[in-house]
Amino acid sequence: MSTALRATPSACPACAVVPSAEALAARAVPQSAQVMLSVPAVHCAVCMSTIERGLALVPGVHQVRVNLTLKRVAIDGTPEITADGMVAALERLGYEAYELDAGQLTATTNDRHGRDLLMRLAVAGFAMMNVMLLSVSVWAGAEGATRAMFHWVSALIAVPVVIFSAQPFFRNAVSSLRAGRLGMDVPISLAILLATGMSLFETMEGGAHTYFDAAVALTFFLLAGRYLDYRTRVIARSAAEELAALEVPRAIRVVDGVETTVPIAELRVGDVVLVRPGGRIPVDGVVVGGTSELDRSLLTGESLPVWTGPDAVVSTGEVNLTGPLMVRVTAAGKDSSLHRMADLVAIAESAKNRYTSLADRAAQIYAPAVHLLALMTFIGWMMASAGDVRLSLNIAIAVLIITCPCALGLAVPAVVTAASGRMFRKGLLIKDGTALERLAEVDTVVFDKTGTLTIGAPEPVGLEAQDRGDLAVAAALAGASSHPLAQALATAVAVMGVIPAEVSALREVPGYGVEGEWRGTRVRLGRAEWLGATPLAQTGTYLAVGDASPRAFGFIDHLRPGAAEAVASLRAQGKTIHLISGDTAAAVADLAARLGIKDWVAGALPADKAERIRALTAAGHKVLMVGDGLNDTAALTAAHVSISPASALDAARVASDIVLLGRDLAPIAEAADIAVRARRRITENFGVSIAYNIIAVPLAMLGLATPLAAALAMSASSITVSLNALRLR
Amino acid sequence: MSILAYLIPISLILGGIGLMAFIWTIDSDQYDDPQGNASRILKPDFDDHPRS
Repeated sequence: MSTALRATPSACPACAVVPSAEALAARAVPQSAQVMLSVPAVHCAVCMSTIERGLALVPGVHQVRVNLTLKRVAIDGTPEITADGMVAALERLGYEAYELDAGQLTATTNDRHGRDLLMRLAVAGFAMMNVMLLSVSVWAGAEGATRAMFHWVSALIAVPVVIFSAQPFFRNAVSSLRAGRLGMDVPISLAILLATGMSLFETMEGGAHTYFDAAVALTFFLLAGRYLDYRTRVIARSAAEELAALEVPRAIRVVDGVETTVPIAELRVGDVVLVRPGGRIPVDGVVVGGTSELDRSLLTGESLPVWTGPDAVVSTGEVNLTGPLMVRVTAAGKDSSLHRMADLVAIAESAKNRYTSLADRAAQIYAPAVHLLALMTFIGWMMASAGDVRLSLNIAIAVLIITCPCALGLAVPAVVTAASGRMFRKGLLIKDGTALERLAEVDTVVFDKTGTLTIGAPEPVGLEAQDRGDLAVAAALAGASSHPLAQALATAVAVMGVIPAEVSALREVPGYGVEGEWRGTRVRLGRAEWLGATPLAQTGTYLAVGDASPRAFGFIDHLRPGAAEAVASLRAQGKTIHLISGDTAAAVADLAARLGIKDWVAGALPADKAERIRALTAAGHKVLMVGDGLNDTAALTAAHVSISPASALDAARVASDIVLLGRDLAPIAEAADIAVRARRRITENFGVSIAYNIIAVPLAMLGLATPLAAALAMSASSITVSLNALRLR
Repeated sequence: MSILAYLIPISLILGGIGLMAFIWTIDSDQYDDPQGNASRILKPDFDDHPRS
């Protein structure tokens, strides 16, 4: 008994995280390392050659394999190779790359269900070809014993195949009947089972008509649709997992002065972690040593860095800019901000109204209609033929087969697959199945500023108006710091052709700025408070020469590439553009003016953002929200459909329906266009299949449909809708 | 018409071989990267490390 009570590691859902942690720990001391990277920019044979040959030259790398379909690189090598090193090597080759957690990815690679469906599809395809050929000879006029033999051979192939291949439909039909619903699978299962059963009976009785070919073809076409649908959902799910894995969380733990890199899951409250300049704070905690500045833009949307020092409270996701910080953990892993993010998303999710897709709406009308038609036919023929069950049943089955839901079962998945494939090539990942349809309805687009329209990299403005001597000193000081504002200033001054002045005794004061000596006077470049300067309304750094009053250098954010194009083409599509930011009014007004956006709001709190989106929705608009920060999460979920860049925080990516893989924003406008066209294709396909049914169903109900006519109508409509869907590629 | 007694089993066996071959390709992960394989065959350089 005692053995039975012991739980296996994977027996409870919460324990499912244990293998992942073990896998992480195991990879810390591997014999041979495997690194998996996501490379969104790889698109051609040349890219593959460049990457495979380029990375093979890196010492320690044994084997490199690019997967073009999934845009991933798998690298095998000696334990010395690290993900960071490989990312850097890829950057030198000209490709941006993100690390993926191999432990989480294995779940999608050996995917049993997909193989199972493909196997059933292959068997159904094999049977369809053979049964169709046998049926062709029957239609061509085989008679007597020959026809009986053809029927028996067909039965021999079709019966086991239907039992094996159509199982997914039977299983779904049973479960939906148990739930008291009439899904798509009930009419499908009924048609397949009745057709097979009746044909078997006809074969035994030596009858003229059998529907084995139709039963098997129906199974094949619908399985093809089911497989496409499944693949789209798997890609969406693996995309979500991949994004969860994008940022593999690690932290540097310091115990008695010894630094060790550990997964975040192993951190405990009270541990002390070191956060290097440029690193993201991995935990919630309190600063115990060091001073620095923090970039909180992802959490609050403010582009101005804030000072931090001992006893200051820091939270997960903030970026440390200047000096190293020692942080004592107050909450890590599941207890920290991660959990808060999940809560935020859960709250917003529960408020989200469920969207019914076109296919679901069609199925709700379709399923009862088909059953009613077939039943009416049966009763009608029973009365007309004075109780001939065999004839009435045959005709009712013909009606069931002809109304086969191919447009629903095959055409919608085909369109969605084609459209998502096209979007993926443009660098957009669709996470939610109905996102495409919702995107097609959008008439208003709301953008966040920091991190979305801008990349969060500052650019100094008004340098021409500054004194060249001051610039030379500022450039010399700025060159000594790794602070993003200082580096941007140094680069911009160098571009102007100003040679940095000779400044000696350069020293960085973490959290404040840089100081040095120039011609015997003390010069300082840094925060306004440090120099006693009056701060600008926008982001700025300040220069003090001796005791003279400090000079201010203002900064604005760089636009994300493609931001202007995206805004312009969305406007050309007739959509209203709004800008809602948590940043200061000066910064937002400047950006709105640069992009020509008239409706903008500054200083918006997360709740304000969501509230404004709700107000727009209440006014009858369908809103697309594009945002990246934690402060956007509620707004992303409140919107009709949402997009976030891959650089966004986990919470924002989880909350959004579509993720932008590259840095360029321009694909958003194209995505809106693709979505509109995909929706048009879906409605066209419904139109096509309705047209087929209007012609074929009355004929079938009158008893004029032979098995040949049924097979022709079904195959023709399936092929037409699939071809129409493929026009989207 | 007795020729059918040979032809039907033969066609079924041939089709069955095709089916088995397809199932083998599924089992040996040949559909992991269709786009990559399509491009790889056009690469000018010889693939020294074909995936096992």
